[in-house]
Amino acid sequence: MDSSLETAADREQLRRVVIDPVSRVEGHGKVTLLLDEDDHVREARLHIVEFRGFEVFIQGRPYWEVPVMVQRLCGICPVSHHLAASKAMDRVLGIPVTRSAEKLRRLMHYGQILQSHALHFFHLSSPDLLFGFESEVGKRNIVGVAAAYPEVARQGVLLRKFGQEVIRATAGKRIHGTGSVPGGMNRHLAVEDRDALRAEIDHMVEWSRAAVELVKRLHRADPALYDEFGRLRANVMSLVRADGAMDLYHGALRFRDADGKILIDKVPDQSYRSLIREQVKPWSYMKFPYLQQLGPDEGWYQVGPLARVQNCDFIPTPLAEAERREFIDHGRGEPVRATLAYHWARMIEMLHAAETIRDLLGDGDLLEGALLADGERGSEGVGIIEAPRGTLIHHYQVGGDDLVTMCNLIVSTTHNNQAMNTAVREVARRYLDGRKLTEGLLNHIEVAIRAYDPCLSCATHALGKMPLVLELADAGGEVVDRVVRE
Amino acid sequence: MGGKFLFDGQPVPFEEGQTILQAARAAGHYIPHLCWHPDFPPHGSCKLCIVKVGGRHVSSCALPARDGMEVESNTPEINGERRALLQMLFVEGNHFCPSCEKSGNCQLQALAYELDMSSARFAHFYPDRPVDASHPDVLLDFNRCIFCELCVRASRDVDHKGVFALTGRGIRKHLVVNAESGRLADTDFAVGDRAADICPVGVILHKRVGFALPIGERKYDEASISTVAMEKGE
Repeated sequence: MDSSLETAADREQLRRVVIDPVSRVEGHGKVTLLLDEDDHVREARLHIVEFRGFEVFIQGRPYWEVPVMVQRLCGICPVSHHLAASKAMDRVLGIPVTRSAEKLRRLMHYGQILQSHALHFFHLSSPDLLFGFESEVGKRNIVGVAAAYPEVARQGVLLRKFGQEVIRATAGKRIHGTGSVPGGMNRHLAVEDRDALRAEIDHMVEWSRAAVELVKRLHRADPALYDEFGRLRANVMSLVRADGAMDLYHGALRFRDADGKILIDKVPDQSYRSLIREQVKPWSYMKFPYLQQLGPDEGWYQVGPLARVQNCDFIPTPLAEAERREFIDHGRGEPVRATLAYHWARMIEMLHAAETIRDLLGDGDLLEGALLADGERGSEGVGIIEAPRGTLIHHYQVGGDDLVTMCNLIVSTTHNNQAMNTAVREVARRYLDGRKLTEGLLNHIEVAIRAYDPCLSCATHALGKMPLVLELADAGGEVVDRVVRE
Repeated sequence: MGGKFLFDGQPVPFEEGQTILQAARAAGHYIPHLCWHPDFPPHGSCKLCIVKVGGRHVSSCALPARDGMEVESNTPEINGERRALLQMLFVEGNHFCPSCEKSGNCQLQALAYELDMSSARFAHFYPDRPVDASHPDVLLDFNRCIFCELCVRASRDVDHKGVFALTGRGIRKHLVVNAESGRLADTDFAVGDRAADICPVGVILHKRVGFALPIGERKYDEASISTVAMEKGE
């Protein structure tokens, strides 16, 4: 692990620069930089300053309430939590989900991927990429993009709207719907919704292709920046379908090392605990997961589009697969490691989502067929899904009285915690060190964080398990009392 | 002997023995209520059905209609008082509609919409009320109890079991189960009991049903509580 800028030795003597809040991300986080008198960066940390409590207040609630309650973690990707919880509860109930129910859930999920990726790229990140990191801050936003590139902004807004409509048609609401239930779904797709979506889907595929082209143009225009900015070596993790295909709804876990070699493959979702451990650091509410067999220093990993596009063997839709091949070729035999390549990978996934939605909309199982099945009840279940930001893990135990007794959530952004911190340090070292700090220079740090599309609200759901150290110091800085809660 | 009274300025006929609420409903006028139920005698505890008669507040579910009465009901003043009662009910319990499986079928929620309640107004009590999941078929979520005693009455008067009771006074009043252990599983309560389907809010719930009926397609999602009450007699 690159910990060289994690904690400075003489922190009290250093000047503190804070980016608070980090903007154009979901949730609340801040970055602190400690600088010496020559403006050299000595410490850089991404802190997550939210504190929530889902894992605890889900305990004691009936299991059938969980997919609806837990999605309130987030307003951007509630579908991911809704479905991950449903998948875990399918396991608890021992129910193999029916064909219709799984296809409806997939449609909902790919709608979610489409809208979230469009939101992130067009609304949150495109201002940096189109105008430059140090461009005039007043215009560096979606309104500025709409003024300078009206067609780009229009397509971005409409892509997101389409994804939201897919969610509404399958979940009942654009945000926080209730379509998925433990063991299946509670609704089919209405014919009129299917027809309305089909009328627009070809545009969505076309505009998603245009978005991939836009990112490629940006890479071609400034390869020095796009290939180098925030470049880092990291292991990657994602779900992969049994045949090696990208599958964002279901699969087994695969890890690759920083050289692209498969380290671990075909680990069933129910066994995630045999692979992953979480480390706690005193300066952040967000945990640091790592691959147990490599330990915390070497075992941290990336998730999300950059990981997924390179972790799978192929993408099972033709346009996105062609783009994946071009992306892989860009690495010239090496994994693509540049932080800004997240955007490229994300747009390839958006194209894949649009193609998948187009294929699904032609499937009659969405309109009819059994939605619920029976099964043999168990007491524990894990549900893993590839959320827009990466691998999302929900794990529950349910008592014989139907109440949840244990809940563990590892959300996508949490997996990326160390990678984001490493990217922040890399950028701080390369672009900020020794220079007079300006808003534009500090925005470089935010650009690196933003590339991961972090959802800090989701990432800080934990309560009750957080170890806490409380120190009482006198005026001279001497610690006079210390309380530790493990 | 019947007669007529004025309900918000409109003449309403009544028969001897009818309450203001019954006569008003029969004439097509909705009066909000929570503890009143067409199948049970008046209870007069929730006070949502208050109206003004001759300048005095009365429970319309309990007061017999009289010839020549002038009744005020759907006025800004009375509706404001009803809204305040709802707000107090909301802060007394733990009513988290976004993940409540009764959402859309809940009379408390539906009345809050009907009476334009847009905030809780008062500080939440956040009471600690553990759920009772001991019964194999029915879950009790006491967080949502509004003390209407419909379950108490249904279990006692229809099911002849006396499973439920209110205990404590004032702010410490709460619903209990009549078993030494206090657990529903240790009573003769059954999922087919009238009391299992009487709760106007989300306390008494059939297990494992949850969100099988999508939110958005439920009773009060499709029509307001006043429309449902007047058209379906519920």
